[in-house]
Amino acid sequence: MKKTFAFSPVKIFMTAALLLTAAVTMSFSLQNVGGGYKIGDTAQDFNLKNVNGKNVSLAGIKNAKGYIVIFTCNHCPYAKAYEQRIIELHQKYAPLGFSVVAINSNDKDVQPADSFDNMKKLAKQKKYPFPYLYDESQEVAKTFGATRTPHVYVLDKDRVVRYIGAIDDNSEDPGLAKEKYVGSAVEALLGGQEVAVKETKAIGCGIKWKKS
Amino acid sequence: MKPLLFLGLLFWGTTITAQDIPFIKKAQLEHWLNADTDTVYVLNFWASWCGPCVAELPAFEKLNQKYASQNVKVVLISTDFKRNVDSKLKPFIKRKNLQSQVMFMDEPNPNVWVNLISPEWSGAIPATLIIAKQKGKRLFFEEQMTFQELEEKLRSVL
Repeated sequence: MKKTFAFSPVKIFMTAALLLTAAVTMSFSLQNVGGGYKIGDTAQDFNLKNVNGKNVSLAGIKNAKGYIVIFTCNHCPYAKAYEQRIIELHQKYAPLGFSVVAINSNDKDVQPADSFDNMKKLAKQKKYPFPYLYDESQEVAKTFGATRTPHVYVLDKDRVVRYIGAIDDNSEDPGLAKEKYVGSAVEALLGGQEVAVKETKAIGCGIKWKKS
Repeated sequence: MKPLLFLGLLFWGTTITAQDIPFIKKAQLEHWLNADTDTVYVLNFWASWCGPCVAELPAFEKLNQKYASQNVKVVLISTDFKRNVDSKLKPFIKRKNLQSQVMFMDEPNPNVWVNLISPEWSGAIPATLIIAKQKGKRLFFEEQMTFQELEEKLRSVL
């Protein structure tokens, strides 16, 4: 009788090897996803605690035509330099459908100035007109791939990432900023146009990750 | 002329005691990246108010001291705000008695130079680039480093 091949040790070994390869490949591709969003990716919604105690998700923002998601914090001098400009972005674009959603992902044990209580104080002092959310688990920053403050993601109404980077080209002096990257991206999306400058880099404070 | 000369000498005298901080542009980074030299450059991007940056400074100081005779040059490139150079950065350098060369990155828009250092760099500080031109090697790190880590990386390109 002809030997059946189906359960030969060689075949079992090869199948196992194939499965293992597939598993390894999959785990690598999952890691890539963990590397953060690229232009054109669809961002996952999130649900984080706002300084007023209520949770905020993107889906809960009414009449949104898009979102200006800004990873920022209380203590960082670069973030501080942009506080007023972030308020102005919201004042200008929220009525047109692009609300600022600010998120602090810094670990309070590494940087106590970035605790939720201090977020509440800052939001009150600066009269933040936008949600200022606490990403205590740091999962949202990791999912987005945010690494520094400030770090901006402009999303369209379907949460597709259209711009990643800096607010403008001069963190120290708003008066000297020539390129208003976030403003231009939002204007382009409002006009149904392609965003011209899709990615920029800026110096910022590294997000303070939890010590493992 | 004489009073001017005297004033000049006076200022020259003060720069010996406190470290002079050259202001650099993108062109200086390009020079380090492209110059045909056997000097190994360790470029550290930092700011005087940045906690993790300040915490790792002693490691760079130690590296600078230990490897100076092996053609290794540590440059601490400050990304402080320009308005704070005299009021904060210089007093900080004096207080910490930093021996490694400090320079100030005088480019208001990092978008024109961050990718030069590394396309992997998001712009978060601290960040460090080791350039070993003769070995044709560049090592980039966007994280706070210990002396042991730094030394191990440096040795791999010496």
